[in-house]
Amino acid sequence: MCCLTDTVKITTDVDSLRSEIRDKSVRVIDVRREDDYKQDHIPTAVNLPLANLLSDDSPDRVLKLVNSMGIDDETPVVVYDDTFGALASRVAWTLEYLGHSDVTLLESTYSHWKSLGLENDSVTPDIQSTEHSMKLKPDILATSDYLETAKTRDDVILIDNRERLNFLEQHIPGAISLPYRTLASNDKILRSKDDMKRLLDNRGVTGDSEIITYCGSVGTLSGLAYYALKSAGLSNTKLYVRSFKEWKNLQKPTEKQEDANYWDLSAE
Amino acid sequence: MTSDYAMVRIKLPAGEVYPDQIEKISQLSEQYSIGSAHFSTRENIQLHWVILEDVSEIFRGLAEVGLTSREACGNSVRNVMCSPLSGVCPDEEFDATPYALATARFFLRNPMAQNLPRKFKFNFTCCEKHGMVRMVDVGLIPQIREVDGTTQKGFKIFLGGGLGNKSFVGHQLEEFTPEEDLLYTSIAVVRIFDRMGDRKNLARNRMRYLVNDMGWDKFQNLVLKERAVVRATQSVVTQLEVDHTPDVVKRPIRISDENGGETTPDGYARWLKTNTVKQTQEGYVSVFLTLEAGDITASQLYGLAEIIRNFSSEGKGRCGFTQNIALRYVDEDDLPLLYSKLLETGLAKSGALTMTAPIGCSGTTSCNLALTNSHRLAKEIQRKFLELKLDEDDDLSDSSIKISGCPNSCGQHGVATIGFFGGGGRVGKDMYANYQMSVGGRSDGDTMLGQTLLRVPAKRVIPVILKIIEIFKTNKKPDDTLKSWIHRVVNGNEDSAIKSITDIKKILEPLIVPPTIDEDPDFYLDYGSDSNYHTKTGKGECAA
Repeated sequence: MCCLTDTVKITTDVDSLRSEIRDKSVRVIDVRREDDYKQDHIPTAVNLPLANLLSDDSPDRVLKLVNSMGIDDETPVVVYDDTFGALASRVAWTLEYLGHSDVTLLESTYSHWKSLGLENDSVTPDIQSTEHSMKLKPDILATSDYLETAKTRDDVILIDNRERLNFLEQHIPGAISLPYRTLASNDKILRSKDDMKRLLDNRGVTGDSEIITYCGSVGTLSGLAYYALKSAGLSNTKLYVRSFKEWKNLQKPTEKQEDANYWDLSAE
Repeated sequence: MTSDYAMVRIKLPAGEVYPDQIEKISQLSEQYSIGSAHFSTRENIQLHWVILEDVSEIFRGLAEVGLTSREACGNSVRNVMCSPLSGVCPDEEFDATPYALATARFFLRNPMAQNLPRKFKFNFTCCEKHGMVRMVDVGLIPQIREVDGTTQKGFKIFLGGGLGNKSFVGHQLEEFTPEEDLLYTSIAVVRIFDRMGDRKNLARNRMRYLVNDMGWDKFQNLVLKERAVVRATQSVVTQLEVDHTPDVVKRPIRISDENGGETTPDGYARWLKTNTVKQTQEGYVSVFLTLEAGDITASQLYGLAEIIRNFSSEGKGRCGFTQNIALRYVDEDDLPLLYSKLLETGLAKSGALTMTAPIGCSGTTSCNLALTNSHRLAKEIQRKFLELKLDEDDDLSDSSIKISGCPNSCGQHGVATIGFFGGGGRVGKDMYANYQMSVGGRSDGDTMLGQTLLRVPAKRVIPVILKIIEIFKTNKKPDDTLKSWIHRVVNGNEDSAIKSITDIKKILEPLIVPPTIDEDPDFYLDYGSDSNYHTKTGKGECAA
């Protein structure tokens, strides 16, 4: 696993996806809302609205969804959204957790795809159901219990991907703030590998550590960060998928920025 | 406050800022700050709550659009300001903007300005009325003089002014400084300050203290002598590279109005009256945006960039002196559409050019030195006064309210018609935010520092200002504005029932009596705070 990190593919570029679609060698998942999908989408794409997945993301249910989308163990999957890659990341991560290894994110958003004038249609494809296996990958998941023990270790870095203002207001003790906005560059949902490495190096997020990402509630922003870290070669990364919402509900300790009327500085 | 976070101050020489730069700042504020940015009183844009390790990423982004943070802080020549109306002001003799830009370029990275005793500031302006030249290290007003039948450009130069813990009004160096002496004079002054300025006592090492300690005559002499030396010894290649290429003024190609409807939104007339100025150039108007104590969100910045592209015929924005920004060369016919676009962006508030747009330094929101939340107080005053429609009152429009969170004057309270600086008050062991109020300050041709009147608790500031307005309305002469009336009072020339500021003080005193904490717990909370007030300061630098 470790020796593969430098070649691991995180995103699929627009041109490659187009040729894969022509070759019929890929399953494309559109994670936008059903209405948006029905209007138009990338040709051959199936629809899995994130909300649908989140209504029950237990492995058994996910397996059923995957089968119904015609994905078997070998099918290359590309996921896209219109929300800077965060929703797509959450879906991709879920597939990865189920044990599907060949899943990547479209390098840009659907709006960008359309702004390039690329093909789209409103056809819902006929899908033959498949049989995917289930080989869960618990090493990419952090639960609250896991996090609570892990964060006392020196070699664990906890990253909060919400906006800076949310972080200042309240966060999990010991977390560092890396807002999801820092991860993108211009038209791409993720910076180039070198840019990403530099950003992370500056912040002391380097290869030797185990990294856990979290965000507000369902692991979307931190899902994007999970892939950002992997793209920079930091493969020892876990997603705290239930994130800050669960942490607070469990009444675990939080921390806030003291002595700061910082909310005043944001123009209302 | 905290050492984990930094503030990045982005210089905008002469206040000029282009749409792509605004978009970049918008993006950087979302990535590395708190999704908002702050316009300062010195034509900088500041990003707060930046993690120190991210600063290099911000520098990278700024460089992409030709901006820098270099020498925006530290003991160097800080951002060179210029009046937002330079080039369009009906009262100016010529446009100082190219000279301000050239001065900024000359001193940036210049070895002579890297290690001064303390920071050093240049302000260029358009005319006496728009002022701000007598309260800065070097202030310059463009002037044209006839010499033997030929007209000559030059400046009126003021030295040694400045606002701070102790404020001084600048002195005019000589009657007329011809344009070719501008650089020599600037170098001479910087060199004298570098050589003789106090490098030990941090609290009083700005040049104004040097001028004050030495006496103006002696300092003036030194500058004139030093200038002769500079003139004689500088290499001929040392020149101020003033770019006289006129700006292209071209009405942007309009995207046809998608609504087609010609209904002008409500509030247009009020906004037109309080936010716009006619330019010298026929048919063009300069439009000032009302911000809340300089704050603007990332999405507003993004919208602003597009608005500048679509409405400013010079294709750029100009930062103002009062934590705001102006669009100039707006075609008069475009004003209603501009107003609707500003409404959509949340930037159409009225009152930018009136007393209802107070300055508030960052205060306890992000400054280690602040004692009170001056920033929030400025916003509270603005909201209340706009609600009372005081922006529409012609008697008040040329007055100003300026608030600092401590005596160091980042909020420029010393030159406000009604100024405040923060401190603490106490009843028994209970503390509350308290402001020292001064009146009669101004920064125009009659620059003077305000006179101290009395201490006003934070939660009484609004009623006290309203009371002053009421006293003024009762005693004014028909043509008086609040500013002109107060000017007479502080100078002892008023003949109504109010003869001096002591008479005003007597009327205000009943308003400032602190209640006990049981009677009014809210009194003991500063604005924007839900815990009882206490003073606490750390190490830091002011930042209005």
